[in-house]
Amino acid sequence: MPLIENGRIVEDRYVRVAADDPIPERVPVIVPAQRFLAEADALIGRDGSLGVDWPNDRRVAELEPWLGHLALIALNFPKFKDGRAYSQARLLRETYGFGGTLRATGDVLRDQFHFLVRAGFDSFEVKKPADAAVFAQVLARYSVYYQPGADGRMPALRRRLQSEPAPKIAETV
Amino acid sequence: MTSPLERKIKITGPVVVTANRVADGAVVYRSPDGGWTTKLDAAAVATDAARARAMIAEATADDLRAVGPYIAPVEVTESGERRPGNLRELIRLAGPTIDLPVTFGI
Amino acid sequence: MYVYDSIDRTFVAERVAEFRDQVARRLSGALTEDEFKPLRLMNGVYLQLHAYMLRIANPYGTLSSNQLRRLAHVARRYDRGYGHFTTRQNIQFHWIKLEEIPDALADLADVGMHGMQTSGNNVRNITTDQWAGVAPDEIEDPRIWAEIIRQHVTLHPEFSFMPRKFKICVGTAAHDRAALRIHDLAFRLHRNEAGEAGFEVMVGGGLGRTPYLAQTIRPFLKKRDLLSYVEAVLRTYNQFGRRDNIWKARIKILVHDLGAQAFAKEVEAEWQTIKDGPLALDSAVVAEIASRFVYPDYETLEDSPAEFTAARRADPQFDRWVDNAVNNHKKPGYAIVTISLKPEGGTPGDATAVQMDALADIADRYSFGEIRIGHEQNLALPHVAQRDLPAVWRALDALGLAIPNIGLVSDIISCPGLDYCSLANARSIPIAQELTRRFRDLDRQRALGRLHINISGCINACGHHHVGHIGILGVEKNGEEFYQITLGGKADDHSELGTLIGPAVPYGKVADVVEDIAAAYLDLRTSPDELFIDTLKRTGIEPFRDRVYAAH
Repeated sequence: MPLIENGRIVEDRYVRVAADDPIPERVPVIVPAQRFLAEADALIGRDGSLGVDWPNDRRVAELEPWLGHLALIALNFPKFKDGRAYSQARLLRETYGFGGTLRATGDVLRDQFHFLVRAGFDSFEVKKPADAAVFAQVLARYSVYYQPGADGRMPALRRRLQSEPAPKIAETV
Repeated sequence: MTSPLERKIKITGPVVVTANRVADGAVVYRSPDGGWTTKLDAAAVATDAARARAMIAEATADDLRAVGPYIAPVEVTESGERRPGNLRELIRLAGPTIDLPVTFGI
Repeated sequence: MYVYDSIDRTFVAERVAEFRDQVARRLSGALTEDEFKPLRLMNGVYLQLHAYMLRIANPYGTLSSNQLRRLAHVARRYDRGYGHFTTRQNIQFHWIKLEEIPDALADLADVGMHGMQTSGNNVRNITTDQWAGVAPDEIEDPRIWAEIIRQHVTLHPEFSFMPRKFKICVGTAAHDRAALRIHDLAFRLHRNEAGEAGFEVMVGGGLGRTPYLAQTIRPFLKKRDLLSYVEAVLRTYNQFGRRDNIWKARIKILVHDLGAQAFAKEVEAEWQTIKDGPLALDSAVVAEIASRFVYPDYETLEDSPAEFTAARRADPQFDRWVDNAVNNHKKPGYAIVTISLKPEGGTPGDATAVQMDALADIADRYSFGEIRIGHEQNLALPHVAQRDLPAVWRALDALGLAIPNIGLVSDIISCPGLDYCSLANARSIPIAQELTRRFRDLDRQRALGRLHINISGCINACGHHHVGHIGILGVEKNGEEFYQITLGGKADDHSELGTLIGPAVPYGKVADVVEDIAAAYLDLRTSPDELFIDTLKRTGIEPFRDRVYAAH
């Protein structure tokens, strides 16, 4: 499953550690939520970047005490139609100010790339290699959004106020 | 909703596998050669659950050409003619039971 | 009406290009149906019994004549020459081919129309009262607020994959003509005691298998806070709405399970963290949207001009039509005309391309180029000068669109039903058609007075049968079509769900049953002024039930 960061396919530096495997030293690791919560103090004290796999049916508020120590939070789309992780991502970014890596995992397809970016994800475990190959192309397709988004693009409401009054185009026909 | 592949298939009479054609949504029936036909008379008919299950499995795998296949009852007359097995299948084959708005001269 | 600018047009054009690519990938097999289905639903593309169906959004039911002409063009070029207006102020085409949909959408994009979010688990068309902006009893035009919400929820990154669909309504009149309480989220613009205009917020309405009426979770919300509140409600729903069972996934279930108070608390907690952020609506932003609503350059006219009153005296048919289909306008000398799409023997809500083109011409000539769509599946001309009413009537009559049955028993609301819809258990349109034939006599209809019949072909309730005075729900029993009859539903200021009167009746008996109910009403009412719905409230359903089931 190709990993996309900064608009291109990259090697995954992180090692996913299962519930009862030993945790390797000095490498970035992603641990499952249950384990993280049980061993938080030990994990935080460890030498090496720390990531957590957070399920989409638990409140991200539970992570708040440790956000400053987490380098990465992986959120999950069990099916791409299950959009709970979009809310989790926005809460992490905008309510809790999480500045680390937000990774989208699970059923991640090209038709969700622009939603994911705008919700605040910056790392993507993409399901299909063909989709990963066109990541940058797909994003370039959209120049206008109505909402303020985590990608910093100005929403249409504000953009209008900034520019010259746009010509009101009556129907052409 | 369980997929047709997992659902227990119980049939009480002859059945066909029907779906909608991907490109234009037209009603189609699985034909004996593994294709799709708009003609009910040319449809493959199954009379036992095993055959029906096999047909639906193949049809489901043929996602490129037809969407949403399912098993539908069919009546087979003595002369071998096929008729839709219920009102819904009749409507799918013959169209709405109401007069569509008059639109000549549009 | 709202005028698109280059930003809006770019937005729609980019989405058309995206969908064209998605269709191509579906046809080539790069996308499976499972992957494609949510994408096509996001663009209003359903698969029905015979064909695909394309649903086009008409934001808050307002259309320009050019847009209506373009809908006629789509009907002619890509469909079978007609379209169907829905109970959510949208339009549907029932014979569309997937491979042609990108072209149809491109043609519609030219006039600022699209099918985005008319289907799928996202926020659907924002509806309002079809007399918005012209009704004498509204405090201000609700469409400005509907447009602000619409833009915000269109392809919203967080709310495009929710547990289920989400329907929002904005109302503002003294009388609820928009059926606020059957929506997932409704805003009623009103003035508080201090005279400040703001919104009553209602959540958790919805029909279907478990119908509920929306409950008020906040009696007064400032205009400034509208978008952040919408965001808080949607975020709460997106996180906690059920995803395990399609029949339990609407927000009404969440509100019911948590209780309105606990739900409100959850929303308010979220809202507190975002209310002063970028979603706070300042007056500049609101003024900018409001400025793009173009209002007609009304003349200064007097009410009841001579040519109008003379025509009423001279022509009883014209007079009857005025009585029934013409309503007061906030501007003196003007009127709101309702166009009946409920002809005898016709399909409720259908219009042919010929009718649409002709209506566009009438709108240009007599209504400042504007048409409205109501959730009752009728249309309206919102700005007709009273002196033009005789000419408008003649023009509508020539098209078969001047039947004076608005609000009467043959003004039936019906879903497409089993004749079209793959979800249906039974047919609905033939039931409606038979009823229009039984009650064809206009004098009889007038004698019965206001009487709303709603017909749904399945429990999804797209015909809103739960809130019909007489509700008819199609079910299937042993391969035959049967219909449950409910009485006493209402979708107005005092919304109520109807009550089942007894066992389901077979297809061939439904019209007889409705005639029995009508006859019972005539016997039971205290005077011709007592409306059906009021008689029913007074007597309860028992006398009606007894009459129906004694006879059958």
